Amino acid sequence: MIPLDTVPLETVLPVAASGLFSLAWLMIAIPLAGAGLLLVLGRRSDSWGHLLGALAPIASFVIGLVLFIELLGRDPSQRNVSVPVYDFIDLGSWHLGIDLQVDQLSILFVLLVTFVGSLIHIYSIGYMAHDPHRRRFFGYLNLFIASMLILVLADNYLMLFIGWEGVGLCSYLLIGFWYQRPAAAAAGNKAFIMNRIGDLGLTMAIFTMLAQFGTVNFTQVSQRAPGLSGSWAALLGFMLLLAACGKSAQFPLQDWLMDAMEGPTPVSALIHAATMVTAGVYLVVRSHAIYAQSYSATLAVAIIGTITLLMGAWIGSTKKDIKRVLAGSTMSQIGYMMLAAGLGPIGATFAIFHLITHGAFKANMFLGAGSVMHGTGDDTDMYHFGALAKVMPLTFWTFACGYLAIIGFPFTSGYFSKDHIIEAAFDTGPVFGVLALIGAGITAYYMTRLMVLTFLGQRRWRTGVHPHESPATMTVPLIVLAILSIGAGLVMTGWIGDWLAPATGSHPEHTGVLHISVIGVITLVVVAAGVVTGWLTNRHGVPSEEPATSNPVALIGRNDIYGRAIDDAVVVRPATALAHGISSFDSSAVDGGAMGTAGVMAGLGTALRKLQNGYVRSYGLHTAIGVVVVGVVVILGRMA
Amino acid sequence: MTVPVLTILALLPIVAGAVVMFLKGATARYFGLAVSLVTFVVGLAAFLAASRGTDLSEKHQWISSIGAWYALSSDPLSMTMVLLTVALVPVVLGAEWRIGRTGDAWAGGADTGDSPQLPGSIFFGLALMLEGLAIYCFVAADVLLFYLFFEATLLPMYFLISGWGGARRRAAALKFLIYSLVGGLIMLVAVIGLGVHSGASGHTTFLLADLVRMNFDGAIGRYLFIGFFIAFAIKAPMVPVHTWLPDAAEQATPGSSVLLVGILDKIGTFGMLRLCLGLFPQASAWATPVVLALAVISILWGAVMAATSHHLMRLVSYTSVSHFGFMVLGIFAVTTPSITGSIFYMFNHGFATAALFLVLGFLVRRRGSADIKDFGGVQAGAPVLAGLFLVSGLATLGLPGTSSFASEFLVLAGAWGRHPVYVAVATIGMVGAAVYVLRAYRRTMTGPIDEGTPPVRTDLGGREKFVLAPLIIVLLVFGFFPKPMLDVIEPAARATMSQLNMTDPQPVVKEGVK
Repeated sequence: MIPLDTVPLETVLPVAASGLFSLAWLMIAIPLAGAGLLLVLGRRSDSWGHLLGALAPIASFVIGLVLFIELLGRDPSQRNVSVPVYDFIDLGSWHLGIDLQVDQLSILFVLLVTFVGSLIHIYSIGYMAHDPHRRRFFGYLNLFIASMLILVLADNYLMLFIGWEGVGLCSYLLIGFWYQRPAAAAAGNKAFIMNRIGDLGLTMAIFTMLAQFGTVNFTQVSQRAPGLSGSWAALLGFMLLLAACGKSAQFPLQDWLMDAMEGPTPVSALIHAATMVTAGVYLVVRSHAIYAQSYSATLAVAIIGTITLLMGAWIGSTKKDIKRVLAGSTMSQIGYMMLAAGLGPIGATFAIFHLITHGAFKANMFLGAGSVMHGTGDDTDMYHFGALAKVMPLTFWTFACGYLAIIGFPFTSGYFSKDHIIEAAFDTGPVFGVLALIGAGITAYYMTRLMVLTFLGQRRWRTGVHPHESPATMTVPLIVLAILSIGAGLVMTGWIGDWLAPATGSHPEHTGVLHISVIGVITLVVVAAGVVTGWLTNRHGVPSEEPATSNPVALIGRNDIYGRAIDDAVVVRPATALAHGISSFDSSAVDGGAMGTAGVMAGLGTALRKLQNGYVRSYGLHTAIGVVVVGVVVILGRMA
Repeated sequence: MTVPVLTILALLPIVAGAVVMFLKGATARYFGLAVSLVTFVVGLAAFLAASRGTDLSEKHQWISSIGAWYALSSDPLSMTMVLLTVALVPVVLGAEWRIGRTGDAWAGGADTGDSPQLPGSIFFGLALMLEGLAIYCFVAADVLLFYLFFEATLLPMYFLISGWGGARRRAAALKFLIYSLVGGLIMLVAVIGLGVHSGASGHTTFLLADLVRMNFDGAIGRYLFIGFFIAFAIKAPMVPVHTWLPDAAEQATPGSSVLLVGILDKIGTFGMLRLCLGLFPQASAWATPVVLALAVISILWGAVMAATSHHLMRLVSYTSVSHFGFMVLGIFAVTTPSITGSIFYMFNHGFATAALFLVLGFLVRRRGSADIKDFGGVQAGAPVLAGLFLVSGLATLGLPGTSSFASEFLVLAGAWGRHPVYVAVATIGMVGAAVYVLRAYRRTMTGPIDEGTPPVRTDLGGREKFVLAPLIIVLLVFGFFPKPMLDVIEPAARATMSQLNMTDPQPVVKEGVK
């Protein structure tokens, strides 16, 4: 079904950095220094912290742009530049460095992260203007930019992991930014812990690479991957997939992303839509040489992606909270990217293409949602909106651009990137193709529903709410992102395949601007059906509160497909019960009956006088018993 | 004659500690702190000199009839532990600056009338004496000498726990003492056995360098191994002989807990590496599956206990049970990276756990309770305290960017080459660490301020920040740049490997295909 016989392109060896490239580390160092300053100086930097914070990603973007232009002018064989920075660990045969790799893939990520990042910093100046902790917010955002750049610029899996955990930390800090809200604090913990479960996959993958290859360098791993045994290749692929599922909120580690919407909206836009959550896709694409060795692992990636794209679309169709609709949509769109990455060599380029266009149009819509919230007193309930187009025209029109892009309206950015995935899915397996097509229809439905409920129809505003357009610091980033949402695909579609080919190990066909296929036409029909359904069902008679429903499809969606309930039943409750069992065992049996009981502990004040006799003996006895147990265990363990 | 640096380094705090006990009030504190700082400078200089290859070892005949030597060595393992010791003691003294004074109510429980806290000068004196004795343990190159100081550390530690802290501190101190004494007795038997056996095979000796060359194969070696291992497992502490630690940490002051967990318990893992592995390679290999299983159980057990703990100080002590499991795992996996990682882990853990104990100690002193339920929303009133708690917590859970990450990574990655299944189970401890750290942070620092309890309104003061700053700096600097420290430690691991005649597992796929 999935053609793995395609011979991957020869691994392109990196060339040594020269000139400007040797300064690439500054892209990371600048925002890192910004974060350090803002967090260490504390309140002393309150008055100017946000300005410094906004300048840092802009500086990184400028450096990234210069490097990108430089790469454009180079011969394709010279576009993989290695930038050694310093030795992290150097033990025997393990040389684990903090070394950067600026290549076709990483530079696109750098541009996405720093450009969208800069816009979101600027936006946040306005959005967080009334927050007393705005400076701390910018400190965390800068730390995030630095961590994300560590992740994408790394030339090896260990450094990637450092950035990987770093962005997880920032995600935790920013979701729980409003720490006085228990829901926000709990959501931050959940995100971090679920991500750590995924991280087990990445750590074990790194251990495996060190044991199998003696290196974690991307280029060397790619070269040596064909030497893997089949079972190790599959295991490695599954470990990396586990990591990707955690970071990219893919089934079964998807549930944290919905709760992550507790964070400030710029955070949702930057971290939980445009950049960090797509890191899992990046990981899979970077590891293409490993997946090329394992059919089962590759297939698993495609299956996980397909499941998640449908789950996310389902959730997105039923929510009343505008941010949660978008969160479901993000899950779903990343599902498309995963599906593409799991289609083998031909899909990898499309995965990255969609990742970039999605970064633009989803950030656009999240920031638009933030603008709506800003204008309506931080409300997120779409049943409280309606007819906002007239009072927030800029927000409406920019949001509309993102809307057209995500549903795949012809010649917008999403049209090019998503259609390619659907076509590639049909090429490799009709099941994947049909499911991806259904997903596109549902996407059109729920996004139309969101547009109509929020911006069109009758006004259902709460009393005392006077929606108004947001300040320029917020609308200008929206306009820029809207232009990208419309135009990015057109600019990139004919170019990105050739550009990425050496880095993704494949060369896709049919990526022309005017390429029209039967499947493309069918997709448009399905999307149109979704739009019409969304329009007709939400145009009239919308209640001003979410209506109760007994429709199981709606109920399941509203409850995030019971992700939390399932996690609780399968993991949290058994683990808690086990933990409490161990805990009581520890204080009773292990500690020795006499010691653990509260009565003895409480009575010790008076009992101290008697210590010479009874208690010494019982302590000694229990210690001795513990000791004998260890001795017996050691001996028996060997005999067994 | 060369200057006996190691002897000076060990004797200085012991003698000065004895003097401090007879001083009073501020004089005792300032003198004690000054001594600890001088010791730190001497210790750091000795560490740097030794890491550049200067041999500081000393060797004098002590009891010739039984082959006992006053022998000290300055190998990288010893000096790393010495550096940890001399760095932590000034921090502890600074943190416990107000100990013994009225108003320093430690919150494990109020003072009961019949057991008043001892004067602060005694604390300072005991801490310094403990420092000197611990240094002797780490540099001893003679097993009998090591044993003597191993036992001698118990006395100051016993009084440090029983003298200051919660209402039930004496019981906790006694529990500590009994566990340690039993371990010590078993070790004494093993030490005697070692001497007897060495006598049977030529000349009686306790000198480590001689013993290493002797052959302790077969049943004798196994019994001796078990004797040493049990003593060190109690000290380290490993499940199931760990339960003395949470009680001690709950009742003792945070400063005493740092001395106990940060320094004294390291003698356990240090001893496993130096004596168990060093003297009994065959028995070690024989016991490895069980030891690894106990290590992995400790990792998970400690994490579970920390995640269900309601008492902040018990929680921190259980995190250490988990972390000592990692160290033991690294030692008994016997690869260069895992042993290097394990030694680095011993070093880092001292700083990370000290930061966590002290910052939570400052928190508990403010509220007068160590029960997690009594806290909430502290971040609003004390953002610096909250921030430093978070950084210490992240170091405890081994986040990249803190030095704990490098050591945990090396332990696990190194052990994976030989024992992937044990390591796979052990990694679950990484998730557990995230759970226990973030749970404690969420319950204490976030959320609305609890109406029922007076909010913690005063943030960390100058002294408190000054005490925590060096710990955090060490954690971050070695977090981003672990290589300088690893370069010093690695020879110790290599020496152990060659002593055991072991080689590292080699990569399966060595060459790339073009």
